Amino acid sequence: MADVFLLSRLQFAANISFHILFPTITIALAWLLFYFKLRFNLSGHPVWMRIYRFWVKVFALTFALGVVSGITMSFQFGTNWPGFMETVGNIAGPLLGYEVLTAFFLEATFLGIMLFGINKVKPWIHTTATLLVALSTTLSAFWILALNSWMQTPTGFEMIDGVAHAKDWSAIIFNPSFPYRLSHMLLASGLTACFLVAGISAYRLKRGDDKKAPRIALKTALLIAAILTPMQVFVGDLHGLNTLEHQPQKIAAMEGVWETEKGAPLLLFAVPDEEQRTNHFEIAIPKLASIILTHDPEGEIKGLNEFKGEHPPVAPVFYAFRIMVGLGMLMLAVSWLGSALLFKHDRLPRWLLSLLVGMSFSGWLATLAGWYVTEIGRQPYLVSGVLKTADAVTDIAPDNVLFSLILYLTVYSALLVAYVRTLFLMARRSVEIEEIQPEEHTRPRCPLPSVQTEGANL
Amino acid sequence: MIADNDLATIFAALMAFSVLMYAILDGYDLGVGMLLPMGNENHRDQMIASIGPFWDANETWLVLAVGLLLIAFPAAHNIILKELYLPTAIMLVGLILRGVAFDFRAKVAQGRKRTWDYLFKIGSFTAAASQGFMLGAYVVGFQEGWFATLFSLLSALGVTMAYSLIGAAWLIMKSEDQLQLKAVRWSRNAGRFCLVGIIAVCIANPLVNSFVLERWTQLPWAFFIASIPAVCFMLFVIGDQVLKRLPLQDDAGCWLPFVMTLILFTFCFAGLAISFYPYVVPGELTIWQAASAPESLRFMLYGALVVIPCIFAYTVFAYRVFWGKVAELRYY
Repeated sequence: MADVFLLSRLQFAANISFHILFPTITIALAWLLFYFKLRFNLSGHPVWMRIYRFWVKVFALTFALGVVSGITMSFQFGTNWPGFMETVGNIAGPLLGYEVLTAFFLEATFLGIMLFGINKVKPWIHTTATLLVALSTTLSAFWILALNSWMQTPTGFEMIDGVAHAKDWSAIIFNPSFPYRLSHMLLASGLTACFLVAGISAYRLKRGDDKKAPRIALKTALLIAAILTPMQVFVGDLHGLNTLEHQPQKIAAMEGVWETEKGAPLLLFAVPDEEQRTNHFEIAIPKLASIILTHDPEGEIKGLNEFKGEHPPVAPVFYAFRIMVGLGMLMLAVSWLGSALLFKHDRLPRWLLSLLVGMSFSGWLATLAGWYVTEIGRQPYLVSGVLKTADAVTDIAPDNVLFSLILYLTVYSALLVAYVRTLFLMARRSVEIEEIQPEEHTRPRCPLPSVQTEGANL
Repeated sequence: MIADNDLATIFAALMAFSVLMYAILDGYDLGVGMLLPMGNENHRDQMIASIGPFWDANETWLVLAVGLLLIAFPAAHNIILKELYLPTAIMLVGLILRGVAFDFRAKVAQGRKRTWDYLFKIGSFTAAASQGFMLGAYVVGFQEGWFATLFSLLSALGVTMAYSLIGAAWLIMKSEDQLQLKAVRWSRNAGRFCLVGIIAVCIANPLVNSFVLERWTQLPWAFFIASIPAVCFMLFVIGDQVLKRLPLQDDAGCWLPFVMTLILFTFCFAGLAISFYPYVVPGELTIWQAASAPESLRFMLYGALVVIPCIFAYTVFAYRVFWGKVAELRYY
């Protein structure tokens, strides 16, 4: 028998997981586009315009998917989680409202100019439009992460008759976990976009694209990724320390620590067993968890048994955390190796290109895994210590929710397939049809019938 | 300092304004979507190009309207969306389909483009019809039974036609030659359906809701309410005469149908808004009963007062950039 709580959770998870894929790309891709446009403005070299043109199409498609799945999100609160707005609407409402007012209109309006206006406005206005789109996608991340962080570590409010009322807006927005979560997410977006650009460019190179654009795009993306990964490791560590301070039960689940212990080992692998409240098949490095989390080999980590009935389900948090960290390490290795090889030989071996193609969407996996850690890690609460998830759910007939869930899942899986296929199709096409300047050939080749390079006119 | 009671009124006005903006703006691009002629790819390209730079921002008004309902009147948001759960889900799928079809159609292999165009058309129709259905259900106060369902279906047809009308009017303004002639024909047909729809709502609304009847017979509102069918009728008669003569030499007056439709939308919407004020859930919940805490509304309002004029300014800027007849839409 399907119950409305489980179905609503599944539906929300499906919706938000699908939605986050696209902003994760567009937040950082917008800045990359701004960078490409600036490089074009400064150097006048058409190759930058060509990179811009290819990626702005990807941006448009990604953005559209983000917008439509975001509209769905804005309805979910009311349809499935009425208790959320009833209890914390006074806090959540204005934060969401500011996101719509300051970010959504700005990005949607200037996106039109950015995509279709290059021949209609002055070059600097077009560059400014690109900048405004980048700024507003980041601003949107600012507001939504302020709200999410407040749900994790709520401050600046008081409860009157079971309803949260705002007392101090700056304490609400700049709540304890917000700076860490925001930087962690922005960096995650940067890495997702970089590995996407690197992967698609590597795919073009593998397909025999001998133009300059994919090589420069690949190099740019890998270099930025090589800078961002160590930053992400650092910020991730700080974020972990912050979580230890404010949500120790989440850390206990991430680390698979059942009993409070001093000098806790770092579990590389284990199978947590919630019934017997222990782990099986542990592979561990002694004392390392304590060193990482408390910077002291004998530091104490609180175990899950201290939070009985108040801690999240262990296995999903535990596994998702390992997937995220594992992918992060892989990204670190690949971006550093790739950058070093590019510096030395100016080209990458085929196996590395293939690896990069395979990692095109690795940022998605890592970001989703990270969000599962933090969102499942907040359970059983929807707003830590204020509202339990089970108390916020709707009382709609389960059949209706089942119907909408199936509807969304069908549409989403079809769109995801179409999206990924279209990206690779665009890459394959650009190998053949993107126009080339004669001096860019590395080997002789028939020029295509002359297609005017719009960028060169600017 | 703004009194707490006034805050609810201000937010109700803001929300009503967003809904009207949405109906006009997304109305025309949903209308254009529904009118796509499947037999003529060239016309489809032109039509989609005419809404390309705008549809995204147009849809944001829906997010703002729902957002304001959620933020300012959370209790009403919960009731309304619970009642309208299924039509909402169906509308969202429609909006998703058309939003992505718009982008996919330009990027997929030639043979697939037609499929995405179909999805664009179907998605537009689904979204418009479910919005109309929801409006109908709202007007009859979420009653059940054959009459309510029939009324909602009629309303779905009415809104579909209204969006087609404003979409066709938009096209008359943005297109030339054959497509413009087509658009004139579409406008005339859609206009007639709209007239029937508006008369039906005018008759049904006071019959279903006793407080609406009271409002309509109460001075000074009665004057305004009575003027609505009169103004609509006049607009239709004049509009039909204008359409009969279009296109004129040098394309003079190509903007007239759009402006007239805009006035029509505003009048009809004002009529509905006045009928229901101060209820946010008809007959059940007033805006004051549903409003959020004043300190939250105040925090929101200060931002809104700064930001909304900016939104206006750059929206006007964007429309000026893409002023005039539509050219081929290319991603650069």
